[in-house]
Amino acid sequence: MMYLTRIEHFNAAHKLYNPAWSKQKNEEVFGKCANENWHGHNYELYVTIKGIADDNTGFLFDVKKLSLMIKEFVLDKLDHKNLNVDVDFLTGKMCSTENVALAIWQQLQPQLPAHVKLHCIKLYETPRIYAEYFGD
Amino acid sequence: MVKVAVFRKEHFNAAHRLHNSRWNDEKNNQVFGKCNNPNYHGHNYDLIVKVVGEPDPETGYVIDLKMLSDLIKENVLKKFDHKNLNLDTDEFKNLNPTAENIVKVIYTILRQKINQQLYLQVRLYETERNFVEYPVD
Repeated sequence: MMYLTRIEHFNAAHKLYNPAWSKQKNEEVFGKCANENWHGHNYELYVTIKGIADDNTGFLFDVKKLSLMIKEFVLDKLDHKNLNVDVDFLTGKMCSTENVALAIWQQLQPQLPAHVKLHCIKLYETPRIYAEYFGD
Repeated sequence: MVKVAVFRKEHFNAAHRLHNSRWNDEKNNQVFGKCNNPNYHGHNYDLIVKVVGEPDPETGYVIDLKMLSDLIKENVLKKFDHKNLNLDTDEFKNLNPTAENIVKVIYTILRQKINQQLYLQVRLYETERNFVEYPVD
């Protein structure tokens, strides 16, 4: 089995805020991340796929196609956006690193051909904080 | 005595948008593109503060880096970290929060707090690939 990773990045605003809770409870749980006027991050995204390299091309999957797929289904929707407000596939979700990684998985997984499996979405919110999702 | 440069790295995360209120939406969009998004976007800003001077013969320090760190935390990070630069800060109420303007604001804040005998320079990374420095040598 071969693993192939494409690294991308996007910049976005967000806040951690549960609308079902009071402002006070949000501030207790999420601290400064609950700032009602948002804050933001430079997100780094690692998309890892797995499969068998094709005998004719030597490719597991054409990385240019993977890059265009990530651009169309993820980056065009997230980059320079407000994750809580501007993104159709995050509507009604808490925009934690965990949930954004999961949502990116759900965006990309259906786009891949049958012989290529999505292995991992790794999403850095800061250089010191990241979440990984392996689909299980 | 020979001068030595010392550096302190800090970081803050903030939302902003680039917008000139004297222009219409079309012109703002033309000039600032996706950075003009009315719902804001954001960055992990990395800040490098450089102080140059002669090490004090008693302490061996150009500046106590713990003191410098506290100064930056109290006067810069408290204002900007996890904030919306356009909405939550006095400094950018009427000033476009470009990296250029942010670095000048940070320099001005710190310059008032650091011994005038010491040379001060601030570098600000908006992304890994976009960064600015002030003042220019």
